[in-house]
Amino acid sequence: MMTDFILETRGLTKHYGGVHALTEANFTLRRGEHVAIMGDNGAGKSTFVRQITGVEQPTRGQLVFDGVEHTFNSPIEAREAGIETVFQTLALADDLDVPANLFLGRERIRFNLGPFSILDKRAMREATTAALVKTGVKIPNLMNTIRNMSGGQRQCVAIARTAAFKSKLVIMDEPTAALGVQETAQVENIIRTLKEAGEPLILISHNMRQVFDLVDRIVVFRRGRIVANLRKEDTDGQDVVAYITGAKTGAEYEGAA
Amino acid sequence: MANISHGVGGLTYDPSRRTRPPELNVLAALVLIIVAFEVLGRLLIGDSFLFNTRDNVDTLFNEQRLQIIILQVSIVGIIALGVTQVIITGGIDLSSGSIVGATAMVTMSFAQVAMVNGNPNPKAIFGPAWMDLPVLVPLIVGLACGLFAGLINGLLIAYTRIPPFIATLGMMVTARGAAKWWSKGNPISFPTDSYAAIGKGMMPVVIFITLAILFHLIMTQTKYGRHCYAIGSNEAAARMSGINVGAHKVLVYTIAGALAALAAIVLSSKNLTAQAGMGVMYELDAIAMAVIGGVSLQGGRGSIIGTCLGALIFGVIISGFTFLKLDAYYQEMVKGAIIVGAVVLDQWRQAKKGRA
Repeated sequence: MMTDFILETRGLTKHYGGVHALTEANFTLRRGEHVAIMGDNGAGKSTFVRQITGVEQPTRGQLVFDGVEHTFNSPIEAREAGIETVFQTLALADDLDVPANLFLGRERIRFNLGPFSILDKRAMREATTAALVKTGVKIPNLMNTIRNMSGGQRQCVAIARTAAFKSKLVIMDEPTAALGVQETAQVENIIRTLKEAGEPLILISHNMRQVFDLVDRIVVFRRGRIVANLRKEDTDGQDVVAYITGAKTGAEYEGAA
Repeated sequence: MANISHGVGGLTYDPSRRTRPPELNVLAALVLIIVAFEVLGRLLIGDSFLFNTRDNVDTLFNEQRLQIIILQVSIVGIIALGVTQVIITGGIDLSSGSIVGATAMVTMSFAQVAMVNGNPNPKAIFGPAWMDLPVLVPLIVGLACGLFAGLINGLLIAYTRIPPFIATLGMMVTARGAAKWWSKGNPISFPTDSYAAIGKGMMPVVIFITLAILFHLIMTQTKYGRHCYAIGSNEAAARMSGINVGAHKVLVYTIAGALAALAAIVLSSKNLTAQAGMGVMYELDAIAMAVIGGVSLQGGRGSIIGTCLGALIFGVIISGFTFLKLDAYYQEMVKGAIIVGAVVLDQWRQAKKGRA
């Protein structure tokens, strides 16, 4: 069954002992849509992301991805289903070059000899080049180790990883939090190319300017609940801040928080 | 490789900023050390280190000395190949020397001849039914010993989460004890001709070079090698990328154990005897070869080529000291200083790169 929605959660809830970190989150994401998740620290943004990427398992609630209900027991299962996540702490191996990092854990092989399978380095290099071109990432030398690269270049490699595997959904957790102005601009350009390519994206960010520049819709979390679902055209920065701080709550969520 | 004068995405690619392979530095060090011994030799004792000075031999180089250098390091070199992959994953193996001792004892027991010069074998361990066995039997038994010891190391490290230093230290003491217990401290001698052929003449060198080529290919061309570097570089990232880190570590230490066993087979065959004290300090020599060859103790960096060059530096230094007629005691002291120096150099290199 093909639906309009690439991702839909129904009543997604996570309790850590007595702490209700996430309560009854109903969230939808259309194909090709870019959505920002905003909220104060501890509002439940990261908890929500951890449930849909398989890092943690929800206490209850349903997760429908690409028309199929899923229960992800690990980030690897989520990734295999097509959800690629760029984590705040970069999951890169410093001493490997760009293609090796892109294909880490899912190397292309020429001869299958179990653990001693022969790598198909050429195919990985070509696919890496294609992924970098697709995302517009600029890397001076593909065969350099990640160690010698700037923070922005490393972040770009982490993002290009999502492009190399025809992911169905990309999630970025504060991708520019540690980057300089120029590097931030580079990452934002990549996000725009994803938009043009029709790849859906969930962006977690504290940066209001960035959010208004990049996404179609803003979902605000507060105290473990979704309190607003705003189309970019219908809102502004002040309005969003009001939802984040609790001065306002979306009409359809009245009584929830 | 394709023309990469332009980087991906249109940035110009600057070849001067390409990182130089660290093996080149090791090679330079090797050349420098050889030159130093050559100069010292001419100045101090009026003899050449590298070149032939005898009239009755018609060769340019002192081939005898070169052969001894490589023969000397090839047995520990076999161990160093295993230790290299262990260190690249961010671990360490202190048990290899003791595994050599234990394996040599057990293997030799299965390689004995029944009759020596018409008399029954004076060092016999088993009854006559277990003598004059085909060479395959001691080979398989020996490899099994090393595989078993390595497997225990790997399982301890992967699944009880004790540091590799402690796990392999335990194995170091245990295996040495087993080596002494096996024959109550007595040496085991008189192997069959086919067993003695394994380590005869330059055979240890041939075996070492063959294994070095094999492991170079494994580390650079296979998934196994790639995952070794990934785990040593960033274990959490490796795990998040779906690599089965525990299983990989078990395999790494098992292979290291098997290589130590191979070294034991070659060594006991070459010496025609096995003693419980065989291989003492070999683990440290092997680690030293790897570290001198540019393998980083922090994991993730290093290569088999580097280790082979490190082994050569090691051999040249020992041979050079003998050539200069210096006491063996100096050798040990200098060896220690070189190991520490190599690690300090590695740290400096990393610090410099971090700033750049």
